[in-house]
Amino acid sequence: MSEQDHSKCRSLLGFMSDYIDGTLGEELCEEIERHVDECENCHVVVDTLRKTISLYHDSTVGAGEVPGEVRERLFRTLNLDDYLRH
Amino acid sequence: MIENKTELSVEALRAGDREEFSRLVDAYSGRIYRLAIKMLSIPTDAEDVLQNTFLKAFQHLKDFEGRSSLSTWLYRIASNEALMMLRKQRPEITLSDSAPEDDDNSDYFPAQFTDWCCLPEDEFLSAESQVALDDAVQQLPETQRIVFVLRDIEGLSIQETSEALNLSVAAVKTRLLRARLRLREELSVYYGERLDKRSKE
Repeated sequence: MSEQDHSKCRSLLGFMSDYIDGTLGEELCEEIERHVDECENCHVVVDTLRKTISLYHDSTVGAGEVPGEVRERLFRTLNLDDYLRH
Repeated sequence: MIENKTELSVEALRAGDREEFSRLVDAYSGRIYRLAIKMLSIPTDAEDVLQNTFLKAFQHLKDFEGRSSLSTWLYRIASNEALMMLRKQRPEITLSDSAPEDDDNSDYFPAQFTDWCCLPEDEFLSAESQVALDDAVQQLPETQRIVFVLRDIEGLSIQETSEALNLSVAAVKTRLLRARLRLREELSVYYGERLDKRSKE
């Protein structure tokens, strides 16, 4: 995000999510890549944004867990006591 | 998103089969509880959301028409329950398409430019790092937090997130981008400090 390209950085920022998710059109992708090659700050923003998203993905893989006592209370609230052992 | 491995019978669920319902609860309660914890952070409130979600699901399963997947339908109930719980605590929250925040991009322009991606992997796996990740999510405005939790933590698609929240795809994308940019700023401060500390050691 150098001084001379500040407006470019700003205009491309709105496409960053789609760019990282791989859902952006080819033309805009190329525009971002060209800009990021020249603009060190935007390069850092793209890399750290991608890392931010992947850290959250990696920290919450799978179906999640309900603590045993929470599951038990849930089954009792739902009148599903008969199926608690399943 | 991927449905549970063991296929659930929607027909049996709609007919009020309790055993099938107990299988539904076991298949999805982990995800619903995680969503509730991320949204509310207080375990007793999260447990209320979990219980209310499945109470309402049982009550309304007979009306489930399959226009969205079962998981998106459950996430929709859970998101409403979580936001209602937050509204009880803070009545000013709205989740409409025309929230004023959608018009203004100026606050989201990056201010942190430290490249912390090069930190060793153990930095990202520490318990302290997990706390920093959780704290950063808690700092998000609720309307962005729910979008981020559904899309980036629970792994719903943009379309599924939009169905679950009854929001336009454009509004989901705007809120998701802002949530991600805010989190990047927060994490850049945290990991930037870690980087400094390591360079001094």
